[in-house]
Order: sequence, then C-alpha cells, then structure tokens
Amino acid sequence: MGSSSFLWNCTKKFVTAAVITVTVSDRYVTVVPVRGGSMSPTLNPKTGSLMGDVFDDYVLVEKFCLWKYKFSNGDVVVFRSPTNHKETHIKRIAALPGEWYHTHDKSDVIPIQSGHCWVEGDNSASSIDSKSFGPIPLGLIRGRATHVVWPPQRIGAVKSTPPQRLCSALE
Amino acid sequence: MRFMGYIAQWRSAAKEALDRTAITVNFLCWLHFTSNYVCSPCHAYGVSMLPTLNVTGDILLADHLSPLLGNVGHGDLVLVRSPLNPKIRLTKRVVAVEGDTVTYFDPMHSEASQVAVVPKGHVWIQGDNIYASRDSRHFGPVPYGLIEGKVFFRVWPPGSFGLLDQ
Repeated sequence: MGSSSFLWNCTKKFVTAAVITVTVSDRYVTVVPVRGGSMSPTLNPKTGSLMGDVFDDYVLVEKFCLWKYKFSNGDVVVFRSPTNHKETHIKRIAALPGEWYHTHDKSDVIPIQSGHCWVEGDNSASSIDSKSFGPIPLGLIRGRATHVVWPPQRIGAVKSTPPQRLCSALE
Repeated sequence: MRFMGYIAQWRSAAKEALDRTAITVNFLCWLHFTSNYVCSPCHAYGVSMLPTLNVTGDILLADHLSPLLGNVGHGDLVLVRSPLNPKIRLTKRVVAVEGDTVTYFDPMHSEASQVAVVPKGHVWIQGDNIYASRDSRHFGPVPYGLIEGKVFFRVWPPGSFGLLDQ
C-alpha cells in the first residue's frame, strides 16, 4: 500500500513538472538546438568540419514577441517551415510588411504583403529560405532567438543585424 | 515568548500563501496545456461560413491534436491563423490539400472560374458562403503550419448543440 502511494505521488509530481515545462516553453522561453550551417557565421560557425555536429549551438528562444507579433528587421526568428509543418527553421528577418525587398541575384524589387516577412539565412550559399519559398506569414513564427546558451565558449547574445549591413561588413 | 508566537504565525501564513500560489500556477499550466493540445472553445462570427455557422456568433470546440498528428483533410472545418494578420484567427473549410488542383470561382473579381494547384505543405481554405468570404481565393493557399485546430463540436446556440457533420 505504501509503495503504491509513493508511486502515485511520483507520477503526480512528474506530470505536474512536465505540464509546467510545456507551458513555460510555449509561452515564455525555450531552448532549441540549431542544426546545419545556414546561419553560419552567426550560429554554428564550424559546420562542415569533422566535429561540427557535436558542437551544435543551442539558442534561447523568447516567445514574448508572439503576444503582439512585433518584430524588427534583422531579428533571428524560429518558424515552422511553410512547406513542411513538422520542420522548424531558424533564419533572419530581412524585410517586414509594407517594405520593399531587393533581391540580390535577380535585381528584382518585391513588395512584402501585410502579415508576411522575408527571411534569409546569414550563409546565403547554403540556406533554404524565402529565396526558394517566398515571403512567409508571420503566424508561422514560433519565437525570437536572443542568446546562444551552449556550448560554453560560445555563450553570448545573438546580434540583431539587418542582412544588408552584414553583407557590407563582410565585403 | 510573544515574539516566537509571531514568527510561528507568520510562517504558517507564508506556507499557506505558497501553497495557494502553487495550486494557482498548476491550474493555469493545466489550462494552457488543455487549450493548446487537447481542445478549446472558440468564437466564430461573420457571414463567411453561412449556412454552416450563424452570423451572430457560434461557440465551437476546436480540437488541437488533429493538426499536430497531420489528421486534417478535405471538408474539415479548421481554425487558421490569418496569413494577412497573425493576431486574428479564421474559421474556414479545407477544400483541397497539397497536390490537388482546385477550380474556384470568385464572384467578387471575375465571372470565369480559375484553376490553381496547391503546393507542397499547403492547404486551400474557403468559406462556405463564397459570396462574402476572404479566403484562399484572395490570399492563396495557406501553409499547414498555420492551422491551429479542427472544429468538431458546437456548443452555442443550444438549438444546434452537437457534433458538426463534416
């Protein structure tokens, strides 16, 4: 009798902790791993090397921006892929609703319609982003990456730089 | 002696406050969990879903598990975050899923019917009242990730309480 009540108590505590974790990670903050080198050099700068996968960056994602869907140009955001809802991508916002976006390769100017944004990876050579699937609805965004929390030598804030400025800084 | 009495009193009060807070937090977390992963009430109003839903506003129950499991198909009423304004949610019917060819007719813009192919990972949503509905005919196919729930039950008005036939 004693052991069954102990088990019951443990289950209850475990379930409560799980529900609280889910709530906090849905509404406030969560930590997600970054896979692949599409955001290099901001995130995962060493992808492609032998130990690349072991040292994947983990980023802190805040969800407060989802209350009003207010974003600014250059924010690094986590969003559901528009072509496959089970995948989550991390990219940088390049243009917001009402702005005109100037594509690099086609020298074309595209208007961003309301409720959409243009996302691009920092490593434009190996990044599947708005260049292939067009502007994405803001409703797909799941949070904004603010800090790198792991590995220890890479802890620090994720800078919110508009991509144009980043390009000019690299050149 | 009196001082010790105060401390004991204060401690019991603090313990009670802590217990109450824990209960409230626990309750709110459960509320979040059920309304985001199980089912939640939602309010649909407007003319776009006539004759299925009333103009005055129906209270519906949406199940949030089906979209996560990929269990949303033709003819389902869904709750979708609007692609044009992420702060509002629309209630529409899924007309076509990825890979389908849709032939649609938009009385507000042209007389002729048009044809569109739904791309991968998208769905085509339309209101039941095609004369007064802003839907995929206006903003194109929407990504599956914007679907928040599948509407399956009507709570209000009491006359039509019950499962919605798909």
